[in-house]
Amino acid sequence: MEVTRTPVGKSDMRVRQLRAQQMLRGELAGKDLDEYVEERLLFTRLETAQNWARKNAIFPLGFGLACCAIEMITVIGSPRNDLARFGAEAIRFTPRQADLLILSGRVSIKMAPIIRRLYDQMLEPKWVIAMGACSSSAGMFANYAVVQGADKFLPVDVYVPGCPPRPEALIYGIMKLQDKIMGTPDMGWRERYGAEGTEEVESPESGHA
Amino acid sequence: MPDATGLELIAQGVRDAVGAEAITGTLFHREQATLEVAPASVYPVLRHLREAEEPWESLMSLHGCDYLPEEPRLGVHYQLLSMERCERLGVKTRLGVDDPHLDTVVDLFPTADYQEREVYDMFGVVFDGHPDLRRILMPEDYVGYPQRRDFPIGGEPVLFTFNEDKYPRWYE
Repeated sequence: MEVTRTPVGKSDMRVRQLRAQQMLRGELAGKDLDEYVEERLLFTRLETAQNWARKNAIFPLGFGLACCAIEMITVIGSPRNDLARFGAEAIRFTPRQADLLILSGRVSIKMAPIIRRLYDQMLEPKWVIAMGACSSSAGMFANYAVVQGADKFLPVDVYVPGCPPRPEALIYGIMKLQDKIMGTPDMGWRERYGAEGTEEVESPESGHA
Repeated sequence: MPDATGLELIAQGVRDAVGAEAITGTLFHREQATLEVAPASVYPVLRHLREAEEPWESLMSLHGCDYLPEEPRLGVHYQLLSMERCERLGVKTRLGVDDPHLDTVVDLFPTADYQEREVYDMFGVVFDGHPDLRRILMPEDYVGYPQRRDFPIGGEPVLFTFNEDKYPRWYE
């Protein structure tokens, strides 16, 4: 987060404690008071503060699709993985109160409209994580019954590979999502291999992505 | 389990009760006794087996099958069990793929309800007299019977760098 802060002057702990006492008693005035207040202020933009709050209070929807749901439940519900460290442990069982949809498992074509309806019912801003090979690309289910990747019918923010992904992988995905919410997404391999500028983005001239 | 002789006795009992044309053959393979039945006689044969002196009172499974190169193509298999005698008996029938019809056995075995719906859903066998014959697994507006062998398997080609130029405009 982008923060500007007046540097704290060099003074020892005892002096600062005394000054705090004086402040509470109302004995500080003039330049001393200005300094005291400036030391305790944070400056940032409203959007940044808002995003910071959003990223640290993600409410996942309590929604499992298949075997990946077991791993997702261990991530969200168990003290071993303790997603509370990243502020996303409060599960909501209604889409009206949730802002993160974790697609944990294969999406059958009969389930797709239901997921889309859940997604539409969630309030903005909302995010989607496609967890595992199946919801990212249908995995091994190249057949008539399974949607070939959940991004066919809703926008997906983070894809977590694996079959199923380990809990650490999902936590990593959630942390990636937090970066994205803050507006500073990590470009991953593109940065490592110097491949910036190869992203597939909408271009109005060509008419396709 | 009925042995090969027992199977012939059962088959003869069915012939006596229902008619000689009902049984098209018997099959005793790997200790499993199976009656092959003409599709029109499935209902009377199962009713006879259900109400015989030594009855098979439960239907353990009802499922469809597609023997593609062979004719008639579709098969419907019934697996019967007598809990009392600990005996199993299979009943098989074969149907042509054009307009396959069978009589429902829901009134004999209530468990056949969902299983007949599944066979209808996956193979397109219509069970006449079924109380609620709808698709059970696929969406209601789905077209085709996906477990038939000539049904396209679906899915998408997996893209790697070596073959992505073979699928033009794959990104759409």
